[in-house]
Amino acid sequence: MAKAHVYKRDHINTDEIIPARYLNTDDEAELAKFCLEDLDTNFVNKVAADDVIVAGDDFGCGSSREHAVWAIRGAKVQTVIARSFARIFYRNAIDCGFYLIESADAVERIGDGDEIEIDYEAGVIKDKTNGEEIRFQPLPDFALEIIKAGGLLDKIAAELKS
Amino acid sequence: MGMTITEKILARASGHEQVEPGQLVDANIDVVMCHDVTTPPAISMLAKRGIDRVFDPNKIVVTPDHFQPPKDVKSAELHKRLDEWAKRHKIKYYYKLGRAGVCHALLPEQGHIRPGEVIVGGDSHSCTYGALAAFSTGIGSTDLAASIATGKLWFRVPASMKFILEGTLGEGVYSKDAILAVIARIATDGALYRAMEFTGPTVEAMSMESRMTITNMAIEAGAKNGIIGFDEVTKAYLDEHLTDVKDYTVLASDDDAEYVATEKIDCSALEPMVALPHLPSGGVAIGDCAGSAMDQAYIGSCTNGRIEDLRVAADIMRGKQVAIRTLVVPATPAIWKQAKDEGLFDVFYEAGCVISAPTCGACLGGFMGVLAEGEKCVSTTNRNFVGRMGHPKSEVYLASPATTAASAVEGKLTDPRKYL
Repeated sequence: MAKAHVYKRDHINTDEIIPARYLNTDDEAELAKFCLEDLDTNFVNKVAADDVIVAGDDFGCGSSREHAVWAIRGAKVQTVIARSFARIFYRNAIDCGFYLIESADAVERIGDGDEIEIDYEAGVIKDKTNGEEIRFQPLPDFALEIIKAGGLLDKIAAELKS
Repeated sequence: MGMTITEKILARASGHEQVEPGQLVDANIDVVMCHDVTTPPAISMLAKRGIDRVFDPNKIVVTPDHFQPPKDVKSAELHKRLDEWAKRHKIKYYYKLGRAGVCHALLPEQGHIRPGEVIVGGDSHSCTYGALAAFSTGIGSTDLAASIATGKLWFRVPASMKFILEGTLGEGVYSKDAILAVIARIATDGALYRAMEFTGPTVEAMSMESRMTITNMAIEAGAKNGIIGFDEVTKAYLDEHLTDVKDYTVLASDDDAEYVATEKIDCSALEPMVALPHLPSGGVAIGDCAGSAMDQAYIGSCTNGRIEDLRVAADIMRGKQVAIRTLVVPATPAIWKQAKDEGLFDVFYEAGCVISAPTCGACLGGFMGVLAEGEKCVSTTNRNFVGRMGHPKSEVYLASPATTAASAVEGKLTDPRKYL
């Protein structure tokens, strides 16, 4: 069952998500070991596959390092739900085929440790712990196209071949 | 309806007569900037999909800079992957060995940035190049891979915000103080997804180097790009720096262009600013923080590692001793040589500074000046996030080269005006 890890702070930046001291590798499994290290050193110990990160405004601000997305994906997190995202992080995630959810409501209503179920097509988050149903705006079509193709490069690779 | 300079550049690059904010466009890329951290993953991503091509070896500019020269075995491997790829694809502008420099200082200096063009770089501070009336933005490795292979990228046309800087900067107050004041006013997401267009008499009076300090930090307000219109200062800079390709297109914002917001900043009232930890928006006047003890001072980076920055710092340090570990890092080899030729190294040496080769190194806590737990650094760089320059419990205070140099001398945050 997917669990929510809630950090109600704004401006959680890429240096906190994956500090530059680990940027000498691009190995996703390696990066995952240090995911969110400078925000919460215990995160990697408590996160399980399919869990969800919930945060405030401007998540992912700072550097353009896609390593931030890879570290989160490498930690098997299924999505990040935030009030808003920094631009480059948001774009990197879409390009990687990693779905992000923008929802102020969700950040208000999901508690730390709550069990979560997400229907991406319908745009509904079910918080099974408190029984709430939270609607969100699914990503726009162009982003879904990229995600469905497995990411921007898979889309481009297919186009180059055809 | 009129268009802003950002809209005009994106319209031109995507073959549209007119574009408007929110519109998705496929734009042709004129220059792709590649460095040692984000490019090797991009190369691997392409190889994994059997794509072994570059769209144009003359439009990709490569320089290792973050861990330049390599700081450990892993970063040496990154450099090796970058090197093999650049050579195999006969990348024309590949700055390596003693010609490598901090990318955002190097590319304009070596004549790779032209007005009216679309530039992308695998680094968030690629917005720096907008000082030369170009559209430029930072991208991640996937976008970089796509740009390298196809020379095209999708963009959502950003809405523009206008920042009108008025008044004369007082003595001891610089463009760094102005941009820190702007970011303090609008916060680190105050320009999220938007273009920040800087204009007004204060900007017009600035050198190109000072302007680059402004556009460099547009990303610190969340912006997609920062941009300054073309004028005589731009032309003079280009006349001096453009080498191979000398033609360019001058585009300007229309009088009836639409802006989602317009901010006026009275620069004559500005004081030297310091952005307190842990956000670039933490700017306060020096009077509100002077006296805080520091452990390190850092003068360098894509924000303030250019020759005029080193001159300002040297003027303050001349004949004095620094009280704390002080690092001086000229951003490019040409700046390094210029500083040496002007005798600035003598000043820094006599003052007790460490003088290094060009590198991003310490700015991102990589190497060459990493902070221990509890240490505090006053720095001319652009980010003061938690752990940015080292231990998660270290602190970074962002300031101008003048404030940083004065603080180095006293070992505490210091108003530079007493040394001018």
